[in-house]
Amino acid sequence: MPRTERHGRSPDGRVRVVDVEIPNDVRYIEKVVELVRRECQVMAYGQRQLMLNVPVALTEALSNAILRGNRDDPAKHVHVRAEVDAERLVVEVGDEGAGFDLEASLIDPTTPENLGREDGRGLFLMRKLMDHVERLEAPRGSVVRMTLHRE
Amino acid sequence: MSFSVKKEGEVVVVDVEGQLIVGNRQELKQKVLDELERGEKKFLIDFSQTGYIDSSGLGVLVSLSKKIREQGGELRLANLNDDLKTLFELTKLDTLFQIADTRERALQSF
Repeated sequence: MPRTERHGRSPDGRVRVVDVEIPNDVRYIEKVVELVRRECQVMAYGQRQLMLNVPVALTEALSNAILRGNRDDPAKHVHVRAEVDAERLVVEVGDEGAGFDLEASLIDPTTPENLGREDGRGLFLMRKLMDHVERLEAPRGSVVRMTLHRE
Repeated sequence: MSFSVKKEGEVVVVDVEGQLIVGNRQELKQKVLDELERGEKKFLIDFSQTGYIDSSGLGVLVSLSKKIREQGGELRLANLNDDLKTLFELTKLDTLFQIADTRERALQSF
């Protein structure tokens, strides 16, 4: 179970919020994805967004935070905050690492020379499956914010 | 999340139940490599009961495909739903793998 977990709606009821902090362990990824996906489902997001865009992009962001940002250090944590309304999902994934340059990290895994690579598809998929992906400066660590407009 | 492995004729069939993601990809890899070490050559991975696949799951499929080919074997995939097909198309991995619509067709294609 996540260490802290808060769900709720904004005072006017139009925004649903998931706010969790999880131990730095990939086994928590599926649980967090389900929490966010459930809120998107309540807001009647499209089936493809529920089955592909949201789970895959969020899994990639969490996996990057745990394995790259926090360098698989079990003493660290990952913070996830998602706000879902009828128009869009904004989800932020924060780790305790130094962050990385999203542009510099981007390779095209679909070129013939890269197609047989085992890695290098994570950021590519985040960008393909979300409308906007950006890295934010944070007081301690790094935050990736992803935005997806409801279909 | 689990993987069931069974033999249908000469083909080792692996069903992926649930997600194929960073947390369980090594389990799939090891199960297939164990069969490869035992001398099996024909592999089919069936995704009819699969939810979503992330980049590391895709990476394991690419890796297994190479290792099976190196041993003179073949890997086929079957039963990708529309969302999984989109994932393979986005990454162009639909051009790297032999993908069948059904398990039966995949089995017949060996």
